Amino acid sequence: MYWAITVGWAGGPPAGPCAADLPCAAALSTLAQMSPLTDRWAIACGTAFYAAGLLYGCWSVLHRRRHSRVTSYSFMLLGWLLQTYGLYLRGQATHSCPIGNTFELVQFVAWSCTLIYLAVGAAFRTSLLGFFSAGMAVLLGTMSLAIPEWDSGLRIRPFGGDPVVAIHASLGLFSYGVFALLALTSLMFLVQHRNLRQKRSGGAFALLPSIVELDHMNLRLLACGVVLLSIALGIAGHHWHGHPAAVAPAKLVVTGAVWLFYVATLAQRLRQHWVGQRFASVCLALFLAPLLSLGIVSSPHRPPAHPVTTPPVSAP
Amino acid sequence: MTAAKHLFLLGANHRTTPLALRERLTLHPEKSAALIAALRATGLVAEYCLLNTCNRVELYAVSDEPAADRRLLAEFCRIQGLEPADFIPHAHQRSNPAAVVHLFEVAAGLDSQMVGETEILGQVKDAYAAALAAGTVGPVLNRVFQKAFHAAKVVRRETGIGEGQVSVATVAVALAERIFGRLHDSRVLVVGGGDIAEKTAKALRSREAGRVVFTNRTAARAEQLALEFAGSALPFARLADALAESDIVVSSTAAPQPVLTSPMIYAAMHRRAARPLFLIDLALPRDIDAGAAELPNVFLYNLDDLARLAEENIAQRRAEIDRARALLTGRAQDTWDKLCPTSATEGPRGEESTANGAQDPAGGPAALSPSGEGE
Repeated sequence: MYWAITVGWAGGPPAGPCAADLPCAAALSTLAQMSPLTDRWAIACGTAFYAAGLLYGCWSVLHRRRHSRVTSYSFMLLGWLLQTYGLYLRGQATHSCPIGNTFELVQFVAWSCTLIYLAVGAAFRTSLLGFFSAGMAVLLGTMSLAIPEWDSGLRIRPFGGDPVVAIHASLGLFSYGVFALLALTSLMFLVQHRNLRQKRSGGAFALLPSIVELDHMNLRLLACGVVLLSIALGIAGHHWHGHPAAVAPAKLVVTGAVWLFYVATLAQRLRQHWVGQRFASVCLALFLAPLLSLGIVSSPHRPPAHPVTTPPVSAP
Repeated sequence: MTAAKHLFLLGANHRTTPLALRERLTLHPEKSAALIAALRATGLVAEYCLLNTCNRVELYAVSDEPAADRRLLAEFCRIQGLEPADFIPHAHQRSNPAAVVHLFEVAAGLDSQMVGETEILGQVKDAYAAALAAGTVGPVLNRVFQKAFHAAKVVRRETGIGEGQVSVATVAVALAERIFGRLHDSRVLVVGGGDIAEKTAKALRSREAGRVVFTNRTAARAEQLALEFAGSALPFARLADALAESDIVVSSTAAPQPVLTSPMIYAAMHRRAARPLFLIDLALPRDIDAGAAELPNVFLYNLDDLARLAEENIAQRRAEIDRARALLTGRAQDTWDKLCPTSATEGPRGEESTANGAQDPAGGPAALSPSGEGE
């Protein structure tokens, strides 16, 4: 699905061979023709399902009930499907991966984070991870929907139709989604750690995974994020080798710094210099780096010769 | 059930009967056999099931004869060698729907000394299985007991009556699981041979803790415990080394000074990579230097901490009693209505009386107030 979206959008109109040949893209295309939902409405409905998942999690926590993973997972899955549909419509409108303005960037990070949860949450049966993921998705979704300025600019086709650049950009942003989930699991670690150190029963938060499990998950997510970001930067490095002027120096510095921070953290963890609470605190704090650098790293890679612009959002 | 028959229970339990009398009432196998023989000989009851635990002796029976319970009480006192006058003030009797409600509450652990404990359900099941094997239960008790088992499961699932651990040992195990998750990879070190350390080791072992090592100043005691728990014994002089190799340390020695000092633990933490260390200090005076709690990745709990958490869990369970009771009462009433449709209008508590036959002045529901003092 992810590959279909990326390649389909990056490679030109969705009717093209890359997108149309893939069953999920064809299904989305058919759905787009039949559904009365606009992209923003689909994304808003997706956010509403995330909010329902969050409320359900809050209810479980407040009433100290072990929550049903199936219910939590279903809310997240429905939210994610609607969000995917909304982003697909936006991608159709610009014939590119929907990361053309701040609204889409934030949505794409939330989408990636939820996708990882849907994969990891089912595989590891991680308690309350859905609750925290829903919180993140609701926060990012509500912010991006509530701030019109984020979606008011012209949505320039940012990659000039070059699929390699699009894959670089989407992989880079996907790694940010992984780092978002890492921030969540780090937060879960810190909550569990704090309750244990303060000798509290922890209420429903006692249902959080153990700190050893969370520490392992943090390490895996960090490694996964670093690998994805490294591949993204590797693609970019290869592509721009002969076009050094295509990228702004500020973008190079910021992107390199984010990558370096995460690599250094991974190295410190592997050498066991940063463990437990310190490692989780660093992972949580470090998420500020991709969050704050989002605007800079998503600036256009090269000015298109003939910019393709679309009015802000009105895909059917 | 026909209108002529009635279901009743007769007995004594920890709520109404002092410990000294409960000791005398305990039915040893020979007394139990004598009671069963007497029940058969008198022919007073059509069905019966005897629940005999350390906290309660209760006979659930179905009879055609309205005065069967009083005659059985006299028989019971005769077999136990008690004067009825000594027993009657402490005995309790319930009949019809009230007896069903009581059984449901017993099976669900609401009537237990440690509210919400699960052992009682196993004991009720054992009692029923024994009665079933002896052929002393019939359509009424079969239905009532089966429904009681189901209701116990439902109440545990739908309320928080069984939430949280309520003993020092099980609280320690629950904490270990919050730190390490599954314990099968965790290495346990037991320092000293105190009773509470032994119980904690047993609880950890029951959760499949990987390896258990015992160390004690008296090597023979360590070896004995190692044998008992399929672990290994270690010379006390190697305590510092063992500390670095362990994930969970349970300490309960009689030493007047801390056995595990902060520098020892600090040195061990440097040798044990990223894994946290869970220290459980069950000794008085304490075995583990309190300053160790400040070390990164170290979790230190002493006896007071564990007892406080157990108390919190007990309080939470108590807060769930009303909800659990309402749920059980509804189910008990349904069961009774199906058994005896003609008495569907009878209140959920049915007839409650003390053993001397006086009607309970508190009436139905008050007799099973949240404090559980209605018996």
